[in-house]
Amino acid sequence: MMNLTLKVWRQKNHKDKGGFVDYKVSGISTDMSFLEMLDVLNEELSAKGEDPVHFDHDCREGICGACSLYINGHPHGPQQTTTCQLHMRSFADGDVITIEPWRAKGFPVLKDLMTDRSAFDRIIQAGGYVSVNTGGVPDANEIPVPKIIADEAFDSATCISCGACVAACKNASAMLFVSAKISQLALLPQGQVERKSRAENMVAQMDAEGFGACTNIGACSAECPKGIKLSNIARMNREYFSAVLSSDNV
Amino acid sequence: MSWVTKTFKSTLGQKLIMALTGLFLIIFLIGHVTGNLLLFKDDGGQAFNEYADFMTTNQFVQILSITTYVSILVHIIYSILLTYLNKRARPVAYAKVDPPKESSFSSRNMGILGTIILIFLVVHLQGFWYRMHWGEIQQVTYDTGVYKNLYAVVVWAFQVEWMVALYVIAMIFLGFHLSHGFASAFQTLGLNHRKYTPAIKFIGRAFAIVVPALFASMPLYIYFFISAPEKLPF
Repeated sequence: MMNLTLKVWRQKNHKDKGGFVDYKVSGISTDMSFLEMLDVLNEELSAKGEDPVHFDHDCREGICGACSLYINGHPHGPQQTTTCQLHMRSFADGDVITIEPWRAKGFPVLKDLMTDRSAFDRIIQAGGYVSVNTGGVPDANEIPVPKIIADEAFDSATCISCGACVAACKNASAMLFVSAKISQLALLPQGQVERKSRAENMVAQMDAEGFGACTNIGACSAECPKGIKLSNIARMNREYFSAVLSSDNV
Repeated sequence: MSWVTKTFKSTLGQKLIMALTGLFLIIFLIGHVTGNLLLFKDDGGQAFNEYADFMTTNQFVQILSITTYVSILVHIIYSILLTYLNKRARPVAYAKVDPPKESSFSSRNMGILGTIILIFLVVHLQGFWYRMHWGEIQQVTYDTGVYKNLYAVVVWAFQVEWMVALYVIAMIFLGFHLSHGFASAFQTLGLNHRKYTPAIKFIGRAFAIVVPALFASMPLYIYFFISAPEKLPF
Protein backbone atom coordinates (compact mmCIF):
# COMPACT_ATOMS: atom_id res chain seq x y z
CA MET A 1 0.00 0.00 0.00
CA MET A 2 1.31 3.41 -0.97
CA ASN A 3 0.75 6.94 0.20
CA LEU A 4 1.19 9.57 -2.50
CA THR A 5 1.06 13.33 -2.98
CA LEU A 6 -0.64 14.42 -6.19
CA LYS A 7 -0.07 17.84 -7.72
CA VAL A 8 -3.14 18.04 -9.94
CA TRP A 9 -3.95 20.76 -12.47
CA ARG A 10 -7.41 22.17 -11.65
CA GLN A 11 -9.14 24.51 -14.08
CA LYS A 12 -12.85 25.35 -13.90
CA ASN A 13 -13.38 25.87 -17.63
CA HIS A 14 -11.71 26.94 -20.88
CA LYS A 15 -11.49 30.58 -19.76
CA ASP A 16 -10.27 29.94 -16.19
CA LYS A 17 -6.55 30.47 -15.57
CA GLY A 18 -6.22 27.29 -13.50
CA GLY A 19 -3.51 26.15 -11.13
CA PHE A 20 -2.09 23.18 -9.24
CA VAL A 21 -3.82 21.76 -6.15
CA ASP A 22 -2.08 19.26 -3.88
CA TYR A 23 -3.96 16.15 -2.76
CA LYS A 24 -2.86 13.28 -0.54
CA VAL A 25 -4.06 9.78 -1.35
CA SER A 26 -3.40 6.81 0.90
CA GLY A 27 -3.88 3.05 0.78
CA ILE A 28 -3.11 2.84 -2.95
CA SER A 29 -2.45 -0.72 -4.15
CA THR A 30 0.43 -1.28 -6.57
CA ASP A 31 -1.99 -3.32 -8.70
CA MET A 32 -4.26 -0.35 -9.32
CA SER A 33 -4.12 1.41 -12.66
CA PHE A 34 -3.33 5.11 -12.62
CA LEU A 35 -6.96 5.89 -13.44
CA GLU A 36 -8.19 3.68 -10.58
CA MET A 37 -5.91 5.65 -8.26
CA LEU A 38 -7.62 8.83 -9.51
CA ASP A 39 -11.00 7.14 -8.96
CA VAL A 40 -10.01 6.70 -5.31
CA LEU A 41 -9.17 10.41 -5.09
CA ASN A 42 -12.45 11.38 -6.75
CA GLU A 43 -14.52 9.17 -4.39
CA GLU A 44 -12.94 10.98 -1.47
CA LEU A 45 -13.53 14.40 -3.06
CA SER A 46 -17.16 13.53 -3.82
CA ALA A 47 -17.71 12.30 -0.26
CA LYS A 48 -16.41 15.64 1.00
CA GLY A 49 -18.76 17.46 -1.39
CA GLU A 50 -15.89 18.77 -3.52
CA ASP A 51 -15.77 18.82 -7.31
CA PRO A 52 -14.03 15.63 -8.52
CA VAL A 53 -11.01 15.88 -10.84
CA HIS A 54 -12.17 15.66 -14.46
CA PHE A 55 -10.21 13.46 -16.83
CA ASP A 56 -10.96 11.60 -20.07
CA HIS A 57 -11.24 7.80 -20.10
CA ASP A 58 -13.27 5.18 -21.89
CA CYS A 59 -12.27 1.60 -22.62
CA ARG A 60 -9.54 1.30 -19.96
CA GLU A 61 -8.04 -1.46 -22.12
CA GLY A 62 -5.40 0.62 -23.88
CA ILE A 63 -7.11 0.60 -27.28
CA CYS A 64 -9.50 3.57 -27.49
CA GLY A 65 -7.15 6.52 -27.09
CA ALA A 66 -9.48 8.43 -24.76
CA CYS A 67 -7.23 8.64 -21.71
CA SER A 68 -4.49 11.22 -21.60
CA LEU A 69 -2.66 12.96 -18.66
CA TYR A 70 0.86 14.37 -18.65
CA ILE A 71 2.38 12.59 -15.65
CA ASN A 72 5.74 13.66 -14.19
CA GLY A 73 6.85 15.14 -17.50
CA HIS A 74 5.66 12.27 -19.72
CA PRO A 75 2.43 11.78 -21.68
CA HIS A 76 0.73 8.69 -20.21
CA GLY A 77 3.41 8.62 -17.48
CA PRO A 78 6.76 6.86 -17.18
CA GLN A 79 5.85 3.68 -19.15
CA GLN A 80 5.35 3.62 -22.92
CA THR A 81 1.67 2.74 -22.64
CA THR A 82 -1.70 4.42 -22.15
CA THR A 83 -2.54 5.92 -18.75
CA CYS A 84 -5.23 3.28 -18.19
CA GLN A 85 -2.57 0.56 -18.61
CA LEU A 86 -0.09 2.38 -16.38
CA HIS A 87 -0.01 0.68 -12.99
CA MET A 88 0.86 2.15 -9.63
CA ARG A 89 3.79 -0.28 -9.30
CA SER A 90 5.60 2.20 -11.57
CA PHE A 91 5.65 4.58 -8.59
CA ALA A 92 7.07 4.35 -5.08
CA ASP A 93 5.54 5.06 -1.68
CA GLY A 94 5.84 8.75 -0.80
CA ASP A 95 6.21 9.93 -4.44
CA VAL A 96 5.01 13.35 -5.50
CA ILE A 97 3.23 12.97 -8.85
CA THR A 98 2.61 16.00 -11.07
CA ILE A 99 -0.45 15.56 -13.30
CA GLU A 100 -1.10 18.05 -16.11
CA PRO A 101 -3.42 18.11 -19.13
CA TRP A 102 -2.05 17.84 -22.71
CA ARG A 103 -0.66 21.29 -23.50
CA ALA A 104 -1.27 22.51 -27.04
CA LYS A 105 -3.11 25.33 -28.77
CA GLY A 106 -4.90 22.63 -30.78
CA PHE A 107 -6.07 20.89 -27.56
CA PRO A 108 -7.77 23.58 -25.41
CA VAL A 109 -8.42 22.54 -21.80
CA LEU A 110 -12.14 22.05 -21.17
CA LYS A 111 -11.92 21.33 -17.44
CA ASP A 112 -9.08 20.16 -15.17
CA LEU A 113 -7.23 17.43 -17.10
CA MET A 114 -9.79 17.14 -19.91
CA THR A 115 -8.86 18.63 -23.27
CA ASP A 116 -10.83 19.09 -26.46
CA ARG A 117 -9.13 16.85 -29.02
CA SER A 118 -11.68 17.37 -31.79
CA ALA A 119 -8.91 19.02 -33.84
CA PHE A 120 -7.85 15.43 -34.63
CA ASP A 121 -11.39 14.63 -35.83
CA ARG A 122 -11.31 17.63 -38.17
CA ILE A 123 -7.94 16.49 -39.58
CA ILE A 124 -9.44 13.04 -40.26
CA GLN A 125 -12.51 14.70 -41.82
CA ALA A 126 -10.16 16.58 -44.16
CA GLY A 127 -8.97 13.36 -45.81
CA GLY A 128 -8.32 10.45 -43.48
CA TYR A 129 -10.82 8.16 -45.16
CA VAL A 130 -11.57 6.30 -48.39
CA SER A 131 -14.72 7.62 -50.05
CA VAL A 132 -14.65 5.79 -53.38
CA ASN A 133 -16.90 2.78 -53.78
CA THR A 134 -14.79 -0.30 -53.37
CA GLY A 135 -17.58 -2.69 -54.38
CA GLY A 136 -17.98 -6.16 -52.97
CA VAL A 137 -15.34 -8.17 -51.23
CA PRO A 138 -12.55 -8.80 -53.78
CA ASP A 139 -11.31 -12.32 -54.40
CA ALA A 140 -8.37 -13.34 -52.29
CA ASN A 141 -5.04 -12.51 -53.97
CA GLU A 142 -6.75 -10.39 -56.63
CA ILE A 143 -5.18 -7.22 -55.20
CA PRO A 144 -1.64 -8.24 -54.35
CA VAL A 145 -0.15 -6.43 -51.34
CA PRO A 146 3.33 -7.49 -50.25
CA LYS A 147 3.48 -8.69 -46.66
CA ILE A 148 6.06 -6.04 -45.73
CA ILE A 149 3.76 -3.26 -47.00
CA ALA A 150 0.70 -4.77 -45.29
CA ASP A 151 2.65 -4.86 -42.01
CA GLU A 152 3.83 -1.29 -42.49
CA ALA A 153 0.27 -0.07 -43.13
CA PHE A 154 -0.97 -2.03 -40.12
CA ASP A 155 1.72 -0.53 -37.89
CA SER A 156 0.63 2.95 -38.96
CA ALA A 157 -3.01 2.04 -38.42
CA THR A 158 -2.38 1.07 -34.78
CA CYS A 159 -2.35 4.79 -33.92
CA ILE A 160 -5.20 5.35 -31.45
CA SER A 161 -5.28 9.16 -31.91
CA CYS A 162 -4.69 9.82 -28.21
CA GLY A 163 -2.53 12.90 -28.87
CA ALA A 164 0.48 11.81 -26.80
CA CYS A 165 2.72 12.77 -29.74
CA VAL A 166 1.45 16.36 -29.57
CA ALA A 167 1.81 16.36 -25.79
CA ALA A 168 5.37 14.98 -25.93
CA CYS A 169 6.56 17.26 -28.73
CA LYS A 170 8.52 20.35 -27.75
CA ASN A 171 6.72 22.12 -30.60
CA ALA A 172 3.26 20.63 -29.95
CA SER A 173 3.42 19.19 -33.45
CA ALA A 174 0.78 16.70 -34.59
CA MET A 175 2.93 15.28 -37.39
CA LEU A 176 3.31 11.76 -36.00
CA PHE A 177 -0.48 11.41 -35.80
CA VAL A 178 -1.16 12.97 -39.22
CA SER A 179 1.66 11.01 -40.87
CA ALA A 180 0.37 7.70 -39.45
CA LYS A 181 -3.11 8.45 -40.79
CA ILE A 182 -1.76 9.45 -44.21
CA SER A 183 0.55 6.40 -44.31
CA GLN A 184 -2.04 3.74 -43.47
CA LEU A 185 -4.01 4.70 -46.60
CA ALA A 186 -1.13 5.74 -48.89
CA LEU A 187 0.43 2.28 -48.54
CA LEU A 188 -2.66 0.32 -49.60
CA PRO A 189 -4.41 0.07 -53.01
CA GLN A 190 -7.74 1.37 -51.63
CA GLY A 191 -6.07 4.63 -50.63
CA GLN A 192 -4.64 5.48 -54.04
CA VAL A 193 -7.64 7.28 -55.56
CA GLU A 194 -7.54 10.16 -53.06
CA ARG A 195 -3.86 9.87 -52.24
CA LYS A 196 -2.75 13.34 -53.39
CA SER A 197 -5.68 15.42 -52.16
CA ARG A 198 -5.58 13.53 -48.86
CA ALA A 199 -1.99 14.54 -48.16
CA GLU A 200 -2.64 18.15 -49.17
CA ASN A 201 -5.88 18.53 -47.22
CA MET A 202 -4.81 16.79 -44.02
CA VAL A 203 -1.58 18.82 -43.82
CA ALA A 204 -3.54 22.04 -44.46
CA GLN A 205 -6.03 21.17 -41.70
CA MET A 206 -3.20 20.24 -39.31
CA ASP A 207 -1.68 23.70 -39.88
CA ALA A 208 -5.05 25.42 -39.53
CA GLU A 209 -5.54 23.81 -36.10
CA GLY A 210 -2.40 25.55 -34.87
CA PHE A 211 -0.13 22.56 -34.27
CA GLY A 212 3.63 23.18 -34.43
CA ALA A 213 6.22 22.02 -36.95
CA CYS A 214 8.30 18.89 -36.47
CA THR A 215 12.02 19.32 -35.72
CA ASN A 216 12.77 15.57 -35.92
CA ILE A 217 13.50 15.25 -32.20
CA GLY A 218 11.80 11.88 -31.87
CA ALA A 219 10.13 12.44 -28.49
CA CYS A 220 6.72 11.66 -30.06
CA SER A 221 7.69 8.19 -31.19
CA ALA A 222 9.52 7.47 -27.93
CA GLU A 223 6.41 8.37 -25.90
CA CYS A 224 3.78 6.93 -28.28
CA PRO A 225 1.86 4.14 -26.53
CA LYS A 226 1.69 2.30 -29.85
CA GLY A 227 5.30 3.01 -30.91
CA ILE A 228 4.36 4.72 -34.18
CA LYS A 229 7.63 5.17 -36.08
CA LEU A 230 9.28 8.42 -37.24
CA SER A 231 9.54 6.96 -40.75
CA ASN A 232 5.83 7.82 -41.05
CA ILE A 233 6.71 11.53 -40.85
CA ALA A 234 9.25 11.14 -43.67
CA ARG A 235 6.58 9.35 -45.70
CA MET A 236 4.12 12.19 -45.04
CA ASN A 237 6.73 14.68 -46.26
CA ARG A 238 7.23 12.63 -49.44
CA GLU A 239 3.48 12.28 -49.94
CA TYR A 240 2.91 15.99 -49.41
CA PHE A 241 5.74 17.28 -51.61
CA SER A 242 4.94 14.91 -54.46
CA ALA A 243 1.22 15.75 -54.10
CA VAL A 244 1.68 19.53 -54.32
CA LEU A 245 4.00 19.10 -57.32
CA SER A 246 1.79 16.76 -59.30
CA SER A 247 -1.84 17.11 -58.17
CA ASP A 248 -4.46 19.00 -60.19
CA ASN A 249 -5.34 21.26 -57.24
CA VAL A 250 -4.03 24.68 -58.29
CA MET B 1 -3.30 31.96 -52.71
CA SER B 2 -1.43 30.06 -55.42
CA TRP B 3 -0.38 26.50 -54.77
CA VAL B 4 3.26 27.60 -54.59
CA THR B 5 2.65 30.22 -51.88
CA LYS B 6 0.38 27.80 -50.04
CA THR B 7 3.08 25.13 -50.06
CA PHE B 8 5.81 27.41 -48.74
CA LYS B 9 3.50 28.86 -46.09
CA SER B 10 2.66 25.36 -44.81
CA THR B 11 4.68 23.90 -41.94
CA LEU B 12 6.09 21.25 -44.27
CA GLY B 13 7.07 23.84 -46.87
CA GLN B 14 8.88 25.94 -44.28
CA LYS B 15 10.66 22.84 -42.98
CA LEU B 16 11.65 22.04 -46.57
CA ILE B 17 13.31 25.46 -46.85
CA MET B 18 15.19 24.84 -43.58
CA ALA B 19 16.37 21.46 -44.87
CA LEU B 20 17.45 22.66 -48.31
CA THR B 21 19.33 25.71 -47.03
CA GLY B 22 20.88 23.59 -44.28
CA LEU B 23 22.07 20.99 -46.79
CA PHE B 24 23.53 23.69 -49.03
CA LEU B 25 25.42 25.11 -46.04
CA ILE B 26 26.74 21.60 -45.33
CA ILE B 27 28.11 21.49 -48.89
CA PHE B 28 29.57 24.97 -48.33
CA LEU B 29 31.32 23.70 -45.18
CA ILE B 30 32.95 20.90 -47.18
CA GLY B 31 34.34 23.43 -49.66
CA HIS B 32 35.37 25.87 -46.96
CA VAL B 33 37.22 23.32 -44.85
CA THR B 34 38.93 21.73 -47.87
CA GLY B 35 40.21 25.07 -49.17
CA ASN B 36 41.37 26.17 -45.73
CA LEU B 37 43.54 23.07 -45.42
CA LEU B 38 46.02 25.14 -47.50
CA LEU B 39 46.77 26.96 -44.22
CA PHE B 40 48.77 23.87 -43.27
CA LYS B 41 50.96 24.14 -46.36
CA ASP B 42 54.46 25.20 -45.39
CA ASP B 43 54.98 27.90 -48.03
CA GLY B 44 54.51 31.12 -46.07
CA GLY B 45 50.88 31.30 -47.15
CA GLN B 46 51.34 31.57 -50.92
CA ALA B 47 48.92 28.76 -51.83
CA PHE B 48 46.35 30.08 -49.33
CA ASN B 49 46.58 33.64 -50.65
CA GLU B 50 46.24 32.48 -54.25
CA TYR B 51 43.24 30.37 -53.25
CA ALA B 52 41.66 33.32 -51.38
CA ASP B 53 42.14 35.49 -54.46
CA PHE B 54 40.51 32.84 -56.67
CA MET B 55 37.58 32.55 -54.25
CA THR B 56 36.90 36.30 -54.35
CA THR B 57 37.36 36.86 -58.09
CA ASN B 58 36.17 33.72 -59.93
CA GLN B 59 32.70 34.25 -61.47
CA PHE B 60 31.41 30.76 -60.75
CA VAL B 61 32.55 31.02 -57.12
CA GLN B 62 30.73 34.37 -56.90
CA ILE B 63 27.45 32.62 -57.71
CA LEU B 64 28.16 30.00 -55.04
CA SER B 65 29.06 32.76 -52.57
CA ILE B 66 25.80 34.59 -53.16
CA THR B 67 23.87 31.32 -52.78
CA THR B 68 25.68 30.80 -49.47
CA TYR B 69 24.79 34.29 -48.17
CA VAL B 70 21.17 33.79 -49.22
CA SER B 71 21.11 30.32 -47.62
CA ILE B 72 22.43 31.67 -44.32
CA LEU B 73 19.86 34.49 -44.27
CA VAL B 74 16.94 32.28 -45.32
CA HIS B 75 17.98 29.56 -42.82
CA ILE B 76 17.96 32.18 -40.04
CA ILE B 77 14.70 33.84 -41.12
CA TYR B 78 12.82 30.54 -41.39
CA SER B 79 14.23 29.29 -38.09
CA ILE B 80 12.78 32.41 -36.45
CA LEU B 81 9.42 31.98 -38.23
CA LEU B 82 9.21 28.30 -37.27
CA THR B 83 10.32 28.90 -33.68
CA TYR B 84 7.61 31.54 -33.33
CA LEU B 85 5.03 29.17 -34.84
CA ASN B 86 6.17 26.35 -32.54
CA LYS B 87 6.07 28.55 -29.43
CA ARG B 88 2.53 29.65 -30.30
CA ALA B 89 1.50 26.00 -30.66
CA ARG B 90 1.93 25.58 -26.87
CA PRO B 91 0.61 28.74 -25.18
CA VAL B 92 0.76 27.25 -21.66
CA ALA B 93 4.03 25.51 -20.78
CA TYR B 94 4.26 22.32 -18.74
CA ALA B 95 5.27 22.67 -15.09
CA LYS B 96 7.36 19.52 -15.26
CA VAL B 97 9.13 18.27 -18.40
CA ASP B 98 11.32 15.17 -18.60
CA PRO B 99 12.45 14.67 -22.23
CA PRO B 100 12.83 11.01 -23.21
CA LYS B 101 16.40 9.77 -23.62
CA GLU B 102 15.70 9.00 -27.30
CA SER B 103 15.64 12.75 -28.02
CA SER B 104 19.17 14.17 -28.15
CA PHE B 105 20.32 17.35 -26.43
CA SER B 106 21.20 18.86 -29.82
CA SER B 107 17.81 18.12 -31.35
CA ARG B 108 16.06 19.94 -28.52
CA ASN B 109 18.37 22.97 -28.62
CA MET B 110 18.96 23.66 -32.32
CA GLY B 111 17.81 27.28 -31.95
CA ILE B 112 20.23 28.04 -29.11
CA LEU B 113 23.09 26.27 -30.90
CA GLY B 114 22.29 28.16 -34.09
CA THR B 115 22.19 31.51 -32.29
CA ILE B 116 25.66 30.90 -30.82
CA ILE B 117 26.95 29.96 -34.28
CA LEU B 118 25.41 33.19 -35.65
CA ILE B 119 27.21 35.31 -33.02
CA PHE B 120 30.46 33.54 -33.95
CA LEU B 121 29.71 34.14 -37.63
CA VAL B 122 29.50 37.91 -37.09
CA VAL B 123 32.95 37.97 -35.47
CA HIS B 124 34.33 35.56 -38.08
CA LEU B 125 33.02 37.47 -41.11
CA GLN B 126 34.13 40.82 -39.71
CA GLY B 127 37.66 39.51 -39.08
CA PHE B 128 38.34 37.83 -42.43
CA TRP B 129 35.55 38.06 -44.98
CA TYR B 130 34.83 41.79 -44.60
CA ARG B 131 38.55 42.62 -44.48
CA MET B 132 39.28 40.54 -47.58
CA HIS B 133 36.45 42.15 -49.57
CA TRP B 134 36.43 45.76 -48.43
CA GLY B 135 39.15 46.26 -45.83
CA GLU B 136 42.74 47.39 -46.21
CA ILE B 137 45.09 44.43 -46.46
CA GLN B 138 48.80 44.49 -47.22
CA GLN B 139 49.82 43.14 -50.61
CA VAL B 140 52.30 40.39 -51.15
CA THR B 141 54.15 39.63 -54.39
CA TYR B 142 54.83 36.13 -55.67
CA ASP B 143 56.09 35.14 -59.11
CA THR B 144 52.41 34.45 -60.02
CA GLY B 145 51.35 38.03 -59.26
CA VAL B 146 50.36 40.44 -56.48
CA TYR B 147 47.88 39.21 -53.87
CA LYS B 148 46.17 40.42 -50.70
CA ASN B 149 48.04 38.81 -47.81
CA LEU B 150 45.00 37.24 -46.09
CA TYR B 151 47.31 34.56 -44.71
CA ALA B 152 49.07 37.17 -42.58
CA VAL B 153 45.69 38.40 -41.29
CA VAL B 154 44.79 34.83 -40.28
CA VAL B 155 48.14 34.23 -38.59
CA TRP B 156 47.92 37.59 -36.82
CA ALA B 157 44.37 36.85 -35.56
CA PHE B 158 45.27 33.47 -34.11
CA GLN B 159 48.16 34.73 -31.98
CA VAL B 160 45.49 35.89 -29.51
CA GLU B 161 44.37 33.28 -26.96
CA TRP B 162 40.76 34.39 -26.74
CA MET B 163 40.33 34.31 -30.52
CA VAL B 164 41.64 30.74 -30.64
CA ALA B 165 39.34 29.81 -27.74
CA LEU B 166 36.35 31.47 -29.43
CA TYR B 167 36.95 29.53 -32.64
CA VAL B 168 37.43 26.20 -30.92
CA ILE B 169 34.34 26.65 -28.74
CA ALA B 170 32.25 27.81 -31.71
CA MET B 171 33.27 24.67 -33.61
CA ILE B 172 32.05 22.50 -30.71
CA PHE B 173 28.64 24.19 -30.99
CA LEU B 174 28.74 23.74 -34.78
CA GLY B 175 29.42 20.04 -34.21
CA PHE B 176 26.36 19.68 -31.98
CA HIS B 177 24.23 21.65 -34.46
CA LEU B 178 25.37 19.40 -37.33
CA SER B 179 24.96 16.21 -35.30
CA HIS B 180 21.19 16.75 -35.47
CA GLY B 181 20.90 18.93 -38.56
CA PHE B 182 22.58 16.61 -41.06
CA ALA B 183 20.30 13.58 -40.65
CA SER B 184 17.29 15.76 -39.81
CA ALA B 185 17.45 17.49 -43.21
CA PHE B 186 17.18 14.12 -44.98
CA GLN B 187 14.20 13.12 -42.80
CA THR B 188 12.46 16.41 -43.67
CA LEU B 189 13.03 15.80 -47.38
CA GLY B 190 11.22 12.50 -46.85
CA LEU B 191 14.35 10.41 -47.35
CA ASN B 192 13.91 7.74 -44.72
CA HIS B 193 14.66 4.21 -45.79
CA ARG B 194 15.69 1.12 -43.90
CA LYS B 195 18.68 0.73 -46.21
CA TYR B 196 19.97 4.31 -46.27
CA THR B 197 18.87 5.99 -43.02
CA PRO B 198 21.42 4.18 -40.82
CA ALA B 199 24.16 5.26 -43.27
CA ILE B 200 22.89 8.86 -43.35
CA LYS B 201 22.87 8.94 -39.54
CA PHE B 202 26.40 7.53 -39.37
CA ILE B 203 27.77 9.94 -41.99
CA GLY B 204 25.98 12.82 -40.21
CA ARG B 205 27.62 12.00 -36.88
CA ALA B 206 31.03 11.54 -38.52
CA PHE B 207 30.64 14.82 -40.43
CA ALA B 208 29.66 16.61 -37.20
CA ILE B 209 32.93 15.49 -35.61
CA VAL B 210 35.42 15.59 -38.52
CA VAL B 211 34.56 18.93 -40.13
CA PRO B 212 34.43 21.07 -36.92
CA ALA B 213 37.58 19.28 -35.67
CA LEU B 214 39.43 20.20 -38.89
CA PHE B 215 38.24 23.81 -38.61
CA ALA B 216 39.27 23.96 -34.95
CA SER B 217 42.69 22.50 -35.70
CA MET B 218 43.56 25.52 -37.88
CA PRO B 219 43.65 28.25 -35.19
CA LEU B 220 45.31 25.77 -32.82
CA TYR B 221 48.00 24.92 -35.41
CA ILE B 222 48.70 28.59 -36.12
CA TYR B 223 48.76 29.52 -32.43
CA PHE B 224 51.26 26.79 -31.55
CA PHE B 225 53.39 26.51 -34.70
CA ILE B 226 53.31 29.73 -36.74
CA SER B 227 54.93 32.92 -35.46
CA ALA B 228 53.27 36.30 -35.83
CA PRO B 229 53.98 38.55 -38.82
CA GLU B 230 56.50 41.30 -38.05
CA LYS B 231 54.04 44.13 -38.53
CA LEU B 232 50.26 44.52 -38.51
CA PRO B 233 49.02 43.04 -41.80
CA PHE B 234 46.35 45.72 -42.43
